[in-house]
Amino acid sequence: MKKIKEKLMYGYLMISGGVTGIIILFIIIFLFSEGIGLFQSKNIENGYALYLNTENVIEELSPEEITNIFDGKITNWKEVRGQDLEIITYRFNDLLNSYSESDLGDNYEHIPLIIEEHISENKGIIAYLPTSFAPEESDFVRILSVGNIELKDFFIESKWMPTSEPVPLFGSLSLIIGTLLVGFLAIIIALPLGLGLAVYLSELANKKVKKVLKPVIELLAGIPSVVYGFFGLIVLAPIVQKVFKLPIGETALTGALVLAIMALPTIVSVAEDALNNTPRELKEASLALGANQWETIQKVVFPYAKSGILAAIVLGVGRAIGETMAVLMVTGNAAILPSSVFQSVRTIPATIAAELGEAPTGGVHYQALFLLGIVLFLFTLMTSVVGEVISKKKY
Amino acid sequence: MRKFKQGLAFSLFKFFAVLVVGILFSIVFFILFNGIKVINWEFLTKSPSNGMLSGGIFPAIIGTIYLIIGSIIFAVPFGVSAAIYNIEYGKNNWFVKIMRIMTNNLAGVPSIIFGLVGMALFVNKLNFGPSLISGALTLAILILPLIIRTTEEALKSVPEDYRTSSYSLGASKLTTIRKVVLPAAIPNILTGIVLSIGRVSGETAPILFTVAAYFLPHLPQSIYDQAMALPYHLYVLVTSGTDLEASRSMAYGTALVLVAIVFAMNLLAGFFRNKMNKLNKRNS
Repeated sequence: MKKIKEKLMYGYLMISGGVTGIIILFIIIFLFSEGIGLFQSKNIENGYALYLNTENVIEELSPEEITNIFDGKITNWKEVRGQDLEIITYRFNDLLNSYSESDLGDNYEHIPLIIEEHISENKGIIAYLPTSFAPEESDFVRILSVGNIELKDFFIESKWMPTSEPVPLFGSLSLIIGTLLVGFLAIIIALPLGLGLAVYLSELANKKVKKVLKPVIELLAGIPSVVYGFFGLIVLAPIVQKVFKLPIGETALTGALVLAIMALPTIVSVAEDALNNTPRELKEASLALGANQWETIQKVVFPYAKSGILAAIVLGVGRAIGETMAVLMVTGNAAILPSSVFQSVRTIPATIAAELGEAPTGGVHYQALFLLGIVLFLFTLMTSVVGEVISKKKY
Repeated sequence: MRKFKQGLAFSLFKFFAVLVVGILFSIVFFILFNGIKVINWEFLTKSPSNGMLSGGIFPAIIGTIYLIIGSIIFAVPFGVSAAIYNIEYGKNNWFVKIMRIMTNNLAGVPSIIFGLVGMALFVNKLNFGPSLISGALTLAILILPLIIRTTEEALKSVPEDYRTSSYSLGASKLTTIRKVVLPAAIPNILTGIVLSIGRVSGETAPILFTVAAYFLPHLPQSIYDQAMALPYHLYVLVTSGTDLEASRSMAYGTALVLVAIVFAMNLLAGFFRNKMNKLNKRNS
């Protein structure tokens, strides 16, 4: 009896021991199963299609071309490899606006006929219509075949317009660049400051100061990110706006500053641990050879702590890339390819946080956000693996 | 010249140190001075009213407390037993090594990813909807690595002599763990739990889609209800209130309550840690 109990307990403990592995597996499975469906989806709203006149020779259009056509930026078919013909765009609303209800019939049964007539009269027409109301393919009407959403478009294109009609654009390049820009900028700002404080704490400060400062800094690492975001929005954004004379204060730089402040406690404590690891004998040997304290730090402590400091940088970048709320609140969230740090940017986590609530479950937008989640997950996985490898490497 | 260089470098370090400490302190004082004016009994015990421009944050405090309790209930049994397995049974075999890497990676996963997975798994697949239980489970996953790590540290710090003397008295492994190792490790395990409470009360991204409500006129009645929570409430007040300028004072108050909870938890954790250290010193 006692033996069985021990065995049962052992089984339970072992399962618990594997629980983090199971969770990681679940995370990967769910991100992929929800996200990967995007590439099996047609690149057009469900239940809609694009209709052309049969005399139009166009074979296919890229999502961006379709968007530009409906935005009026492309006005002639020859701009998109077609014949010299003016483009006329047509949406379902145009139909409802130009005909009275009696024209359309009691159960709208006249609609397909009206549309077919309209398409046959206009050779340059492209009509975005729900398939249930549209005419069959005939001598006058044909459907433009729309391809699936493609993996390469997802990573190469930079237009992120997930709700645009008739085709949504899922170009995540601007988001990826925005994320990396803010993350790296934050570390570039935080590193000299954090390292300075770490050197001060480990080499210069007396015991009393150290005893007070260390726990205080650890305490600050626990402040919730939404509080940092609040501070950034109310204090830092106006300062950035004034100092650099910008139209808005919510920029990539503001985001990087907030992230830098958030990353400081982590960088300080990891770097300080690394500096403290330098063996006493090495330092004393250096001092005995006549080097002064700064030379010892420079030539002995820094090289010895190099891998620890590098690990702090990599881990810091990982943290900064994944940070959501503070960035969401202070970077302005414009999904455009940033050309300077004074522009508003949007990061991957901020995009997910801002849009997932509005995206219908299982739709293409929802799937695209999970795909972004995969990209982010792989980024941070990479940084934590690299960080681990670096920190294990002995000098 | 060498002296000058040293002086220059050191004053630079000192300047950086002062700057960093100054920045960090200014944030705390900024929240403290602006928030303290708002906080009174009414603020802590009333619901928001008048489009969140007045009243208090009581439902958000209650929601956060529910989330803390829920996530601790789910995370602690698994986290503590995982640590017991790793330290007492596993003894660094391949399984424990792999799981340790997994735990480290899980600790590095951005919190918004937990939000995504929580939404896909708990809200949609298991059909809990946005509810306290979805949010608590998501947060439980988030704090699991923290609990495992601190419990591992706690178990490691229990001297080996304890175990051998228990075995020599004829106690089985399980009895030894239950009667000897765990009681000795409790203060450090509590440290981990208290730190996770601080973490849970501040996280926003994981609860955005799994539980958080913009505003609710009543408190949650069951675990399948949505709830308000402090960090999300602060986010709402700052970014999407009806009148941002007017709701600012409410935001300061909420931020202060949030920071106060986190600080209190960290201080409590420090208290447990000190107690443990003293205990260990007396024993050795």
